[in-house]
Amino acid sequence: MPSIKQNPAAPPLPDFRNFGVMLRILLGVNLLALAAALVQSAGINETVGRYVDLAAWVQPLLLLDLAVFAGLRDVLRRIDPQIGRVVVVGLTVISAVVLLDFWRFLGFDEGGWPRMVRVVVLAGATAGTMLFYFSLRARAFSPALAEARLQALTARIRPHFLFNSLNAVLSLIRTDPRRAENTLEELAELFRALMRDHRDLLPLADEIALCRQYLDVEKLRLGDRLNVEWEIVDVPADLKVPPLMLQPLLENAVYHGIEPSGDMGTIRVRFARNGDELHIDLANPCFQGSDRQHGNRMALNNIRERLALHYDLEARLEAREETGADGRREYLVKIVLPCRSSKS
Amino acid sequence: MMAGPTLSVLIVDDEAPARARLRDLLADIAAEVPNAVVGEAADGLLAVRALEAHPVDVALIDIRMPRMDGIELARHLGRLEHPPAIVFVTAYDGYAVQAFELNAVDYLVKPVRAQRLAAALQKVRHSRPVSPEVLAGLQQGARSHLSCHERGRLLLIPVPDILYLRADLKYVTARTANREFLLDESLTHLEEEFSERFIRLHRSVLAAKDAIVGFEKNAAEDAETQWQALLRNVPEKLPVSRRQWPLVKSYAKRLSS
Repeated sequence: MPSIKQNPAAPPLPDFRNFGVMLRILLGVNLLALAAALVQSAGINETVGRYVDLAAWVQPLLLLDLAVFAGLRDVLRRIDPQIGRVVVVGLTVISAVVLLDFWRFLGFDEGGWPRMVRVVVLAGATAGTMLFYFSLRARAFSPALAEARLQALTARIRPHFLFNSLNAVLSLIRTDPRRAENTLEELAELFRALMRDHRDLLPLADEIALCRQYLDVEKLRLGDRLNVEWEIVDVPADLKVPPLMLQPLLENAVYHGIEPSGDMGTIRVRFARNGDELHIDLANPCFQGSDRQHGNRMALNNIRERLALHYDLEARLEAREETGADGRREYLVKIVLPCRSSKS
Repeated sequence: MMAGPTLSVLIVDDEAPARARLRDLLADIAAEVPNAVVGEAADGLLAVRALEAHPVDVALIDIRMPRMDGIELARHLGRLEHPPAIVFVTAYDGYAVQAFELNAVDYLVKPVRAQRLAAALQKVRHSRPVSPEVLAGLQQGARSHLSCHERGRLLLIPVPDILYLRADLKYVTARTANREFLLDESLTHLEEEFSERFIRLHRSVLAAKDAIVGFEKNAAEDAETQWQALLRNVPEKLPVSRRQWPLVKSYAKRLSS
């Protein structure tokens, strides 16, 4: 399970099945190869040729190792990170030696001890460099920093919502004490969720329950003006997502899409699984001249950043305005998350 | 006890629970500040209608409302024959609260407390209304409506309906697809406030950008206005001055491209 809860002393090994990690390894190693080519060559014209030669060596090894590490990811993450690092460097070196011998067998390389030692040192150094890069990167997103960012997001619940909700509850106490009780309980749940530790992934079902609670409270204030359509298709019940990913988006949708209109408005939320991806679409009516720009972009950036912390390049968030089928302007937010079975 | 004559009150808020809460509180403080809620309105337009039918002493106005915000409503109400005293109510709006403090405009924060409400109502009896200039300063962005008097009524004209604005000797005329309205405004101020919506064609004419459908040469040998703008839904052709023509032309080009 990808998590950003890390022990600062020894950041865990990267998730070798994460597309972003693979891409970083591919690019990083090739950059090193390019640098090596530049060092070896006399002029810039020669560099390209050298790099092509090197790449022909590096690429098969790189792909082989990526496949091996992806296969061993769960084993590697279970053992101590320091031992894991040694294992990764060791496997790289062994695979480099095996590959060299394979080339020799095919007649592409003359083999011999000096060449063997050179390959061992180069492969080991490259693997070490990449691991060092990943641990630096993990440290850069270290708990303190990540937590500060997550806390900043937590504070994003609008004071506007809090005070309006309290006001609505106060109005109920005399006429409908039972409903007032329920609403206060729901508010308490909401704030408990908001003040929780935000670093771990939570089941999607919990996030949806939280959103429903939030919408219940808003419904009290806005009455029939707020209409929400949920569509949940084939979503694994135990799928885990970053906490408070959806609620701020719904809050935005209510603030910018429902409140500025005196009429009924509909927010549509759709979850659908598409192979290994979970697609979440959120649509709300859109009003010209509403003050959406600033606050909204901040919330979107916050969520985008948290998705990056949890999933690297494998998750994305897009937002755009669109004219719907009935000619009305709609604001759409689309989130795509990796959706693996959660046994890992 | 400072009980004076009964204050009549109108509550303007788009959220029903918020209106109910104010109603409860007003009933609670009735002994201290005699008052009677004579109406409730869910938005600015309904509030104007309600006040025309029944003038009141005090209007409690929520700031963030759909269609027309509370500040704009207060500006329009200022033009009524018997304008009510206004107490603004807001849940949370950092900007508005700061501006109120700066201009010493009285306001209440939600959830409103009975004592604060009583104090605000007491004060309202004696204080002078907030000046139109201060209200204009509090407004964020452009108004959604313009207002004018006609035979004792306050008419609200939705800005998107206005095709053009034309200054005559004393008044500004606003033209919609159906009719004209006489406004007590200055064309320069309107141009500033609605610069996104209107473009100046002539010293005395602003036209809605989205209403312009084309231009044609003026057949008459008139020195000042060689070109005329054609607007949708109205037969009139509006003069484009020589000075404004380059700007208007470049705008039209951007439009057609």
